[in-house]
Amino acid sequence: MNGTAPLDTAVGPRNPPFFKMERKFGFGSGWVISTLLIAVLVGAPVAFILGHVFVSSGDIWGHLAQTVLPLYIVNSIFLMIGVGACVMVGGVGTAWLVTMCRFPGRNTLEWALLLPMAMPAYVVAYTYTGLLDFSGPVQTLLRDVFGWSSSRDYWFPEIRSLGGAIAVMSLVLYPYVYLLARSAFMEQSVCVLEASRTLGRGPWSGFFKVALPLARPSIAAGTALALMETLNDFGTVHYFAVDTFTTGIYRTWLGLGEPAVASQLGAVLLLFVLALVIIERISRGVARFHHTTSRYRHLPGYQLSGWRCLTAQLFSFSGLFFGFVLPAMILAWWSLRYSVLNFDFLPIVRNSFLLALVAALAAVSVGVVMAYAQRLSPSPITRSAVRLASLGYAIPGSVIAVGTMAPLAMIDNIVATFVSEHFGVNVGLLLTGSIAALVYAYLVRFLAVSFNGIEASLGKVTHSMEAASRTLGQGAFGTLRRVHIPLIRGSLLTAGLLVFVDVMKELPATLIMRPFNFDTLAVRTFSLASDERLMEAAAPALVIVLVGLLPVILLSYAVAKSRPGGKS
Amino acid sequence: MTPTSKHILSLIRISAAVLFSISACAVSAAEVNVYTARKDHLIKPILDKFTQQTGIKVNLLSAGEDQLIERLKSEGNNSSADIFQTTDVARLNRARVEGLLQPISSPVLEKNVPTKYRDPQGYWFGQSARARVIFFSKDRVKPSDLSTFDDLASPKWKGRVCVRSSASAYNQSLLAGMIAVDGLEASEKWAKGVVDNMARKPQGGDRDQIAAVASGQCDIAIANTYYFAGMLTSDKAEERDAANKVALFWPGQQGRGTHMNISGAGVTKSAKNKAEAIKLMEFLSGAEAQQFYAEANNEFPVLPGAKRSQLVSSWGDFKEETINVAMLGENNVQSIRIFDRVGWR
Repeated sequence: MNGTAPLDTAVGPRNPPFFKMERKFGFGSGWVISTLLIAVLVGAPVAFILGHVFVSSGDIWGHLAQTVLPLYIVNSIFLMIGVGACVMVGGVGTAWLVTMCRFPGRNTLEWALLLPMAMPAYVVAYTYTGLLDFSGPVQTLLRDVFGWSSSRDYWFPEIRSLGGAIAVMSLVLYPYVYLLARSAFMEQSVCVLEASRTLGRGPWSGFFKVALPLARPSIAAGTALALMETLNDFGTVHYFAVDTFTTGIYRTWLGLGEPAVASQLGAVLLLFVLALVIIERISRGVARFHHTTSRYRHLPGYQLSGWRCLTAQLFSFSGLFFGFVLPAMILAWWSLRYSVLNFDFLPIVRNSFLLALVAALAAVSVGVVMAYAQRLSPSPITRSAVRLASLGYAIPGSVIAVGTMAPLAMIDNIVATFVSEHFGVNVGLLLTGSIAALVYAYLVRFLAVSFNGIEASLGKVTHSMEAASRTLGQGAFGTLRRVHIPLIRGSLLTAGLLVFVDVMKELPATLIMRPFNFDTLAVRTFSLASDERLMEAAAPALVIVLVGLLPVILLSYAVAKSRPGGKS
Repeated sequence: MTPTSKHILSLIRISAAVLFSISACAVSAAEVNVYTARKDHLIKPILDKFTQQTGIKVNLLSAGEDQLIERLKSEGNNSSADIFQTTDVARLNRARVEGLLQPISSPVLEKNVPTKYRDPQGYWFGQSARARVIFFSKDRVKPSDLSTFDDLASPKWKGRVCVRSSASAYNQSLLAGMIAVDGLEASEKWAKGVVDNMARKPQGGDRDQIAAVASGQCDIAIANTYYFAGMLTSDKAEERDAANKVALFWPGQQGRGTHMNISGAGVTKSAKNKAEAIKLMEFLSGAEAQQFYAEANNEFPVLPGAKRSQLVSSWGDFKEETINVAMLGENNVQSIRIFDRVGWR
């Protein structure tokens, strides 16, 4: 698959005439063909779901529009606005503080800020409900202190609400923005910032006018990931009694038994996402985000003191504390009190870990192929293929699970029929209910996670690097292996980790597509929690968090080391 | 086609056939494949007993019932599932309507499972019964104020009722039962009345409703009895304390009886191990398994004469609704639409 792209694809700083040439020559290369193939495979479930859009649906739309639809829309929009604002402020703020400033606790925060990523949002929702609802310790204490007896005597914020959902999701999703923004800040050349200081910008102004715009693709990618997670979250909103599009799709498909209408709702949801992406692209305009210099120096590290230091610490630590420390403490406490950690956990831990590892490797490899193909040949065809392949992330997990199963089983059935007709043997379904099918489903869901990060990072490698490599005789594959991959190593790790952690937490697809007698940690957690035994569910949930921590720590270490030009 | 290529082709065919028959053999040792919506720990122990006694291995896949139906649908005739097991009758009915089940006739099942707890044509059979009842605060509600579910729509309960979301199949079946007896209009009026009386937006599961009565957020809760039993026998002191502040009321004793639902199962249309599947179904309707259902989760055994758990017996006898639970399945979608219309989330 290497070497077929012509040399012309490597051009200097992008400008329109060269662009056209890329298109002309790039299409038809092995990279593009691979990308199209991937897009067909990974996009098939999405296409299957959207294929229902054109099915007539009788009076159901009228019913929905008159009853629940307005609520779904309002809730989903408020949820997105709330979570979007919170994760951007939290993620970018902490990334900047940790990367550019020096204050006590910074070294810990550098890796610890990622910890909430290991927490499934629904688990955090469980813990905060346990803590803050009527029978939880907080309200009980208040009642004891003030002598109130029933909930009618006082007002207390309702955790099971839209506000609660925004808070919980922001707490576990801000690391997506933090991680990508931090990679961006670390990859940036200090020279640019110093130039801005020389030209009279202060630290704040330098941040807003130079660093922030330069990091924009990464911040946008991180926020987009967080918002897609928000849109497709089922566990949290369901538990918090907030009706969103996702719960609506679930109810329409599986409750009312109307897959067509559910897909139509899903299509509306996709429009939300598409609108987001387009708004971002339009506002970015023709700007490009290469760093034009390859000179790297130590990051300056503004020393903070006094109230600035305190504010920075408070700001950074609160995300860590409420997103990880407190829920983890509650989980640990419940586990100790209510459940037995025994050895039948081991195979479950192994299952979860291996599945996540294989899926992460697959998603990163495929993501690199797609991002590179798009770079070599940014034609509308490649771009659409790439977009199609990453749509799966925005569709609710429970729906995508069903959508993945259907085409897979169809192929399986064709094979089975063929074999039984030609060989007279009934082999049953070979793929359905296999580990391979499960990894495929993860790819459908999480390809966007790895791709977005890789794309953003690859976009920052200047084209003159490529030109140089090609001039020196490297083919497309050689350039990828020797130039790009070493340069974006940090982002590849990030991408792999994001997928790993996502797969560890993934529930709906695992639940429905897994083989017989096969459990994962998320499945075990859910099984207990859905039987209303939250506290027993704490132990497997805690193990998800612990296993998820290993790569998070590994990654934080790697990101810190990955700055080109040496250590920070 | 040259003779050589013919030879090669037939060689490929033979080796493929051998290969496939080996893999097919590996699958066809005595076993039965179960898709279940029951929680692992509420079914696995008794399946292990079955394997012990018969030597038939049981492979288990547990997931949500709606998702399992989708999986069965997409797998079609080649599905490896032999039995589909749910915790609510509406989904069994849906599986039948979707053509995923096959009727079976078994004298054992027909003897063990009362007519009202099985499909008239033998597509599915109940394995345990569940009662959905009213729970009330011992401090704030006099049992004499309670009578039927219908009464919960009356204005005297304004701001006092807790019940979970209508996404729960248990609520759907409760309303479906009303539709079967009282018709659509009356049922919608009832649902509207209950929504007006709710103390809070529906949230949480059945246990949460009972706990909310204990904590004073509401005076009345609707829930299944085995959740109450689970709280009373919980190893957590808070749960026991909460349950002890709450009492159980059997609704409809003067009228049509208390609403009953089932957990049950059917043999799939695609079943490759039909004989084993029927054997397992029969085993699950037998005395030993019925006792497991009664003891492990405090459900009601369907087998006539099987003993209820001690705790459940202590609540006394009560009059059960007599309609065939199949009716609940048929009205399922109607009930969801009513919930949407009256704003019961």
